[in-house]
Amino acid sequence: MESMLSKRIIPCLDVRDGKTTKGINFKDNVDIGDPVEMARFYYEAGADEIVFYDITASSEKREIMIDVVRRVAETIFIPFSVGGGIRTLEDMRKVLLAGAEKISVNSAAVKNPEIISKGAEAFGNQCIVLGMDVKHVGKSEKIPSGYEIVINGGRTFMGIDALKWAIEAEKLGAGEICLNSIDADGTCEGYELSLTSLISENVGIPVIASGGAGRPEHLYDVLTKGKADAALIASMVHYGTYSISGIKSYLDETGVKVRKSW
Amino acid sequence: MIAIIDYDAGNLTSVARAVTHIGFKCIVTNKKEEIDRAERIIFPGVGAAGSAMKSIKRLGLDVAIKKAFSSGKPILGICLGTQVIMEYSEENDTKCLGIIGGKVLSFRFDEIRRNGAGLKIPHMGWNRIILQKKHFILSDLKEEDEFYFVHGYYPAPDDPAQLIGTTEYGIQFASVIGYKNIMATQFHPEKSGRPGLSILKNFCVWNPC
Repeated sequence: MESMLSKRIIPCLDVRDGKTTKGINFKDNVDIGDPVEMARFYYEAGADEIVFYDITASSEKREIMIDVVRRVAETIFIPFSVGGGIRTLEDMRKVLLAGAEKISVNSAAVKNPEIISKGAEAFGNQCIVLGMDVKHVGKSEKIPSGYEIVINGGRTFMGIDALKWAIEAEKLGAGEICLNSIDADGTCEGYELSLTSLISENVGIPVIASGGAGRPEHLYDVLTKGKADAALIASMVHYGTYSISGIKSYLDETGVKVRKSW
Repeated sequence: MIAIIDYDAGNLTSVARAVTHIGFKCIVTNKKEEIDRAERIIFPGVGAAGSAMKSIKRLGLDVAIKKAFSSGKPILGICLGTQVIMEYSEENDTKCLGIIGGKVLSFRFDEIRRNGAGLKIPHMGWNRIILQKKHFILSDLKEEDEFYFVHGYYPAPDDPAQLIGTTEYGIQFASVIGYKNIMATQFHPEKSGRPGLSILKNFCVWNPC
């Protein structure tokens, strides 16, 4: 029996103070639009899901994001997730009640892994996405896979092996992993294929590849050789270089199962 | 008025938003009287079968749902709502409502990966429906339409005549079940874009007889 499940193409919108930005290597962020309008645009253009990443620095402005989530939920009828700054069950509850399907936890889970199990218990595994920022450091006794977990946009090394962390997070109840290569992020030169296949082949939950998408071939590579279940894209669509339907046509022609009717 | 049953199981606001968006009035409620008064019932939910059944019983909704079923009101089950109308779920070893005969089974890696593909659990993402039987609610369905699934368990109705649509994920499972005035989907029509909204719309005007 075949699987007819489509590989998901997921635009990622970075949001700061209620406006979308796209960071190149986490620096020089520039405003490129209203998140609700961009969500509508991508929904109509055939996105399979949308990821919002809240990079608002001040906690007073966090309520703006909740309002954005609410308005997005009234506008699009596909799943979307929200990450960035989620530290407590209460943060999760607010975002889910505002209408998001999933929440992603990243550095908060590294510091306090219990947030994964507590979140999964309260809202269901399918709601909890583990975001992982990973850097290649070479194999060592401490980091046997050669990939280390980093936080703070890649500035702080945590001394945790990425593969070990992915397996542990699955046990704790994460329903999905969003795997971001800090080395590839913003380069537009392709995803980190060996990292992605390493993680995806060693966990039973879906893996979304993130970081490095610049051309449709990169998505082909990560969804085949990289064994990813979904691919995150940003600049290549945000600036109009490629359309989602164009990317999907390319993938369809090269034999990758994608959703073509919306 | 359409009553969306609230039993503390996940994000029910998304179903209400979708129903409102397609132009129908609805309320999200856990009150038996409101369910009795409603013309149609949507029984949604995400989460685990065990805690869902506990909430359903605590709120007395098991009685209300069975009453709605026997009165002939159109009922739409979605995801966990579909699973708990079956007799039993392997998830948390749970006795369910038993409106439809059959069990809810867990996806197993040894079954879904038999052909070597690295399929994951939960089954998460967009997949197709293979129509087994015509049904008014699926009258707009096109072969290439896809729907959003997220689940680790799937319903297995005893009576093949209740199988309206199936989906392939290493195995073939029931993704749409229909029996009298009940229609139940394993996927989320409220999160499945145009084809999903069309199923909701058809349900809102469906006249089972």
